[in-house]
Amino acid sequence: MKYLTEYRDPEVAARYLEEIKKTVTRPWTIMEVCGGQTHSLVKNGILNMLPPEINMVHGPGCPVCVTPLNLIDKAVYLAEEKNVILCSFGDMLRVPGSEKSLLEAKAGGADIRILYSPLEAVNIAAQNPDRQVVFFAVGFETTAPANALSVVHAHRQNLDNYSILASHVLVPPAIEALVSDETCSIDGFLAAGHVCTIMGMAEYGPLVDHYQVPIVVTGFEPVDILQGILMTVKQLERGEARLENQYSRMVRPEGNPSAMEVIHDVFEVTDRMWRGMTVIPSSGYQVKAKYQRYDAQKKFSVNIAEAPENETCIAGEIMKGNKKPFECPNFGTTCKPENPLGAPMVSSEGACAAYYHFSDMINQLQKESA
Amino acid sequence: MVRMARVSFGGIIKEASLEMVPQAKVDDYVLVHVGVAISVVDEEEAKQTFRYLEAMGEVEDELNISEFLPDREEYSN
Ligand code: SF4
Repeated sequence: MKYLTEYRDPEVAARYLEEIKKTVTRPWTIMEVCGGQTHSLVKNGILNMLPPEINMVHGPGCPVCVTPLNLIDKAVYLAEEKNVILCSFGDMLRVPGSEKSLLEAKAGGADIRILYSPLEAVNIAAQNPDRQVVFFAVGFETTAPANALSVVHAHRQNLDNYSILASHVLVPPAIEALVSDETCSIDGFLAAGHVCTIMGMAEYGPLVDHYQVPIVVTGFEPVDILQGILMTVKQLERGEARLENQYSRMVRPEGNPSAMEVIHDVFEVTDRMWRGMTVIPSSGYQVKAKYQRYDAQKKFSVNIAEAPENETCIAGEIMKGNKKPFECPNFGTTCKPENPLGAPMVSSEGACAAYYHFSDMINQLQKESA
Repeated sequence: MVRMARVSFGGIIKEASLEMVPQAKVDDYVLVHVGVAISVVDEEEAKQTFRYLEAMGEVEDELNISEFLPDREEYSN
């Protein structure tokens, strides 16, 4: 397919790898923020091809992984309400809640539907006027326009049986939370390209300047990621800290104005709890008061007490870049994709699941580093 | 009322909303996320990944870079 195969070309990838090897003279820790990039790094075997000086750590950019436990519990509660059709992206279903996952609720008879797009949920609402349709609206900035658009579509059609359970998270405040931590050992960031197609690059400049850390907006294909790493390493080796755009075929510096407009129409910024991390100030979106009839939390007055996390899951340490999945005692033993203890083992974008699925590579990696 | 398009994903046709990319035309390449097109590929910029290598003087001898430049023949939109 055009604009895909070229960026997966092994020869081009090999050239980039060679250039990285020539450029690097000392150890650097680089975080890829987005789970899609983690998946691509592991799946394409890039982790074991990189020179040993480059330590890639895997960021919190997996929406499934950072959606708070309490919100999963709320989604389960709503799904089990009479007359509710709960719609969700597929990978949210197996995430463990404090008592059960959505998949278990579905097995117990709840009407839960897996959708590709929130816009389909609006159609379901239009076709089922006697039912309440709730869309579990999770995701980063990339997904926010679609979720906001679903509210706008419902509003235009004057549907009073559609609402969203919104748990949006925002990337730049999370990067700031990581880089401002005293224990942070991250030297440079690959920022998530798709997030930047929406929001542009303006939010990252101040982070680069203030924390003197290179940030390179990067795509998802192997060649994209390798170029992003090379651009970061070049800056680090020269002692520079700049904001660069590897993914310029998709990302304009100013972002997508139409998308930002619909986001700002429907959502406002709020503090948000990141599962495995903490509450990060101004790091999420909630539905604005003017659209509150589409806000499931208000509409159904859902109040569910916070439940404690599984204590043995070290997902937070992994997402902060302090640990790797195989350092978790549960990894591959009591925690597997079929029976996940924590969210990063659920989604293919979660670091634990990515490592598990490609564990042969990990074994190799461990052998090499031993 | 709502601008929709038929988008080919490597041969599989799906519907996508074009409300976020008012500039998109037939035959353009778009990035679609959860049913909504969010970006139009900039064809000129798409070459920079390959030129970046070329600029480092890495490839001239062994490899003809033009092979890897996106071609304009096939398309999906
Ligand atoms: S392997 Fe399982 S328990 Fe361990 S950090 Fe990952 S998700 Fe949590």
